[in-house]
Amino acid sequence: MNEVINFHFAIDGNDFTSAGKASVQVKKLLRQLDFDSDTIRRVSVAMYEGEINMVIHADGGEADVNVHDNYIEVILADRGPGIPDIELAMQEGFSTAKDNIRSLGFGAGMGLPNMKRYSDDMNISTVIGQGTTVTMRFNVTGM
Amino acid sequence: MKIKELAERLGFEVLAMPSPELEAEGGYAGDLLSWVMGRAEEGNVWVTIMTNINVLAVASLAGVSAVVVAEGAEIDGEIVEKAKEQGINLFRSREPVFETVLAVGREMGL
Repeated sequence: MNEVINFHFAIDGNDFTSAGKASVQVKKLLRQLDFDSDTIRRVSVAMYEGEINMVIHADGGEADVNVHDNYIEVILADRGPGIPDIELAMQEGFSTAKDNIRSLGFGAGMGLPNMKRYSDDMNISTVIGQGTTVTMRFNVTGM
Repeated sequence: MKIKELAERLGFEVLAMPSPELEAEGGYAGDLLSWVMGRAEEGNVWVTIMTNINVLAVASLAGVSAVVVAEGAEIDGEIVEKAKEQGINLFRSREPVFETVLAVGREMGL
């Protein structure tokens, strides 16, 4: 593989029941590209968490998955309210999700920590009132 | 052990079994979806009382061999259809989570 393959998804912020569609799709695409199962799992789980975050907090957004020779980059961009305290948001168990979201089994405060744990590198860029962009990088070793 | 054998031996109600040949290895119990995604391992039997549509995405991404809904909880027909489409095995147990997990563990010799 020489060139970068890009997959782009619009994440619908109004439809909570279809949240996760892009991640499930990415899992299938990475399987077709013959990545090892550990890499596929890490990428798709981390992306799902990000997707859910965008639906819960930011009314959706855009997701880009760039497949490089030896790493995969996932960029999740929204125009939501931004994250006032990233350090706090990164703590396991911290969540600002509302009760109706929690009743669906979300809002456990594990989203960002899971994303951090599953990726090899994660960067959060956020501006209050303008939005958040999370960039995750996954090194591929098992190809 | 194949997931279809496990379902049969434990008398689970089979709501959807599009992937009967999957190997069932160990298990995970929980209802908080991020915990499940972060902790469940590929091939695990996932026992939960959650029955909303997001369970299917989590099951698919975590790569569990089956979702077992405990306590005989109600499951929407649309979710059953989606499970079939997405290749996710979906069972129901009349027993509570604890008893269901024990039974799965015993059957696996854990």
